[in-house]
Amino acid sequence: MLEMIRQMLNATVGQIVPAAWQAQTVEVMLIVMQITIILTPLMLCVAYMVYAERKVIGSIQGRIGPNRVGAFGYRLAGLGQPIADALKLILKEIIIPTGSNKFLFVIAPILSMAPAVAAWAVIPFAADTVLADINAGLLYVLALTSLAVYGVIIAGWASNSKYAFLGAMRSAAQIVAYEIAMGFALVGVVVAAGSLNLGQIINAQSGSLLHWYWLPLLPFFVVYFISGVAETNRAPFDVAEGESEIVAGFHVEYSGMAFSLFFLAEYANIILISVLSAVLFLGGWLSPFEGVLPKSAFTLPVIGSVLGGGIHWLLLKTSLFIFVFLWLRATFPRYRYDQIMRLGWKVFIPITLVWLVVIATLAKLQITPWFN
Amino acid sequence: MLSNYLPILIFLIIGLLMGVVMLALGFILSPRRPDAEKQSPYECGFEAFEDARMQFDVRYYLVAILFIIFDLEIAFLFPWGVVLDQIGWAGFWAMMVFLGLLTVGFVYEWKKGALEWE
Amino acid sequence: MPEIRNMTMNFGPQHPAAHGVLRLVLEMDGEVIERADPHIGLLHRATEKLAESKPYNQSIGYMDRLDYVSEMANEHAYVLAIERLLGITPPIRAQYIRVMFDEITRILNHLMWLGAHGLDIGAMTMFLYCFREREDLMDCYEAVSGTRMHATYYRPGGVYRDLPDSMPKYEPSKWHSAKEVEKMNENRRGSLLDFIEDFTRRFPERIDEYETLLTDNRIWKQRTVGIASVSPERALQLGFSGPMLRGSGIEWDLRKKQPYEVYDRIDFDIPVGSNGDCYDRYLVRIEEMRQSNRIIKQCVDWLRNNPGPVIIDDHKLVPPRREEMKDDMESLIHHFKLFTEGYCVPEGEIYAAVEHPKGEFGVYMISDGANKPYRVKIRAAGFAHLAAMDEMVRGHMLADVVAVIGTQDIVFGEVDR
Repeated sequence: MLEMIRQMLNATVGQIVPAAWQAQTVEVMLIVMQITIILTPLMLCVAYMVYAERKVIGSIQGRIGPNRVGAFGYRLAGLGQPIADALKLILKEIIIPTGSNKFLFVIAPILSMAPAVAAWAVIPFAADTVLADINAGLLYVLALTSLAVYGVIIAGWASNSKYAFLGAMRSAAQIVAYEIAMGFALVGVVVAAGSLNLGQIINAQSGSLLHWYWLPLLPFFVVYFISGVAETNRAPFDVAEGESEIVAGFHVEYSGMAFSLFFLAEYANIILISVLSAVLFLGGWLSPFEGVLPKSAFTLPVIGSVLGGGIHWLLLKTSLFIFVFLWLRATFPRYRYDQIMRLGWKVFIPITLVWLVVIATLAKLQITPWFN
Repeated sequence: MLSNYLPILIFLIIGLLMGVVMLALGFILSPRRPDAEKQSPYECGFEAFEDARMQFDVRYYLVAILFIIFDLEIAFLFPWGVVLDQIGWAGFWAMMVFLGLLTVGFVYEWKKGALEWE
Repeated sequence: MPEIRNMTMNFGPQHPAAHGVLRLVLEMDGEVIERADPHIGLLHRATEKLAESKPYNQSIGYMDRLDYVSEMANEHAYVLAIERLLGITPPIRAQYIRVMFDEITRILNHLMWLGAHGLDIGAMTMFLYCFREREDLMDCYEAVSGTRMHATYYRPGGVYRDLPDSMPKYEPSKWHSAKEVEKMNENRRGSLLDFIEDFTRRFPERIDEYETLLTDNRIWKQRTVGIASVSPERALQLGFSGPMLRGSGIEWDLRKKQPYEVYDRIDFDIPVGSNGDCYDRYLVRIEEMRQSNRIIKQCVDWLRNNPGPVIIDDHKLVPPRREEMKDDMESLIHHFKLFTEGYCVPEGEIYAAVEHPKGEFGVYMISDGANKPYRVKIRAAGFAHLAAMDEMVRGHMLADVVAVIGTQDIVFGEVDR
């Protein structure tokens, strides 16, 4: 497939671009195409995650959720809602408050959006299906998820509003508390897998359901997911927004498309954290039936490919985590920000430190079945 | 091997471009009718008392310093984790000593009350 | 180097947790509150002054609009004051009806408080769960008075009318088919009393549901335990009443200490807290809902077995029935006099207070013998509580301010009047 497109491109590009640049141009065009193939479904997912959130939380709270906006005169259970919302937001005035730093004010939403999107470059969707198969994949992901907070802090600073400023300060405090626990959890995964490449980390988990890292790295799994919730500013850690305390926190002054970029970034980050949790701790695209069913089951024509590993398992696991995100939001009250810091520093860091020593020792002693 | 990083560079650029394009669309398609009230910074409906950009006491600067040290430690731990099975017990113990030292520092700060705020 | 100053910030009135129009001027060191200065008056409607220019009965509706989440309890204090000045006692059935609706109002108020308090602290789901039950109780309001909020149901001498034999029902619509509506109307087939009894049967389980979500929730406890503790002595000095006072451990409840209507015939307990913090006040209010449920049950049993008049038979004070008015000259005159001039109240002054869901709600009334009160002064519980805001939040953090506003159960209708 890829080769076929490459040849087609070669033929067309050859007529326009000088021969010396032809290979590079084709290469870049191919990459752009692949990125489009990743990004289009991602953006759709982000839009429809908002819909899913409203529906899921609605049913938890005994409501219906959006059910009016449809298409062509049909209601379609409100499926038109995200599109209507997007259109509305794009047509709303972007207010830039007086006294704000205009350049930073405009650039902040872009800065929070870009890392949430760019991190997808290294996510392996199925065996050998990854855009950039780099050796430092995990490091890259860690770097990008940490970058997202800059958008928040810059937005809070640039707005020249006290509420936004408080939101930014809280966000900084939060990142200080959770970044380390998250880092330690990832180091645990690296020690267990012996690699920073996300594809190899998944391969290292193959065997069966019990080989996945959620079991040996259970404390890391819990800490990573909770830190992920904290890093995406989601309830119960949504102090940077905390609508009942600082109204909307860092994005209180944003409106229209500038606001919706923050909004999109938040949801893209949720999906990213969910996918990473699935990749690092639940075996990514590996099938849970592996090691349970006999090998012959996976060679059956259709059922085999459904039961066997593949992108559908990754999507399923990701949806599971996304659901937990929504569930948490509907269930828990909000932490106070010093309590968040306490949880991060006094609970998570000691736990991860101790478990890191345990895991390193186990890995060094090559305790099977996880470390061999 | 560096060619593997080309998609990442392009992806980063596209990520930034996406934000820029969406924002530009917003600016182009939306009305623009500013007035003084609309543009005043939000402070619950009243005039702000003072500029929001003032110096005030952030209580966690000690924690922030601790954070830098720990973050550095994580940077060291990543390569160590990758090559753990090649560096032998000496490498293992070296990192354990390093971890131990940092833990002592952490405990010291904890006991000193640097992790208490309010 | 510029000096580090405290930050002064407006909190409210355009703030989601300001419970209406509270304006707090906060002086903060970082996020720690150094001083909180509540500014009131943004919802001032001159209720007291307006009452001076109208016949007595025409101000009952204004009382509904004071604390607009517990309407009938406000009416009760006002009506009680007029009755005491006139020297009349409503029939016993009316007294039971009033007690029952006072307690329904208490549940309505506490549900609103619980939902809003939960929402302030971030437990969004509580809000919708509470409103689910409020819906049923507001239907009870609708059944007796025709409106879901501002009932104007209590009148000097009794209540406006007897409990109806049927409940308002849902009707099929674009969104609900006939079959769904059938199911929704299941507990609305009988009389109002049947519906209320059914509610009292269901409600304890609902409270358990709320408690499952909050009472043992670690985050909830972290956010409320030890926040804004008020010692019993201090609570008395600050003029607290109701759950705010009982949360600090002082057993003071007008229903027990100065019984009005038929509260002395009814069996119920007064819950008190021990630490006087937000969590204790939460527990007190939750238990009060259970006790109110108990009271309602007793009232329903009594009301079922004891029919009778619900308003006194004195056409100088109470309008005659519509049919009488149509064919009896005397009644027509009474009717006309009552709805134009009203009635005159003997000279004197009186203070009548009820145990309002938020605390002691009192009406101090002076009559100069005319058909309008000379002066009406309303004692709203929330006013005294709000005055203690500074003391309660000092040294706590911004997020706790929201919890304290929630725990005080402030409604600006009654504070600003």
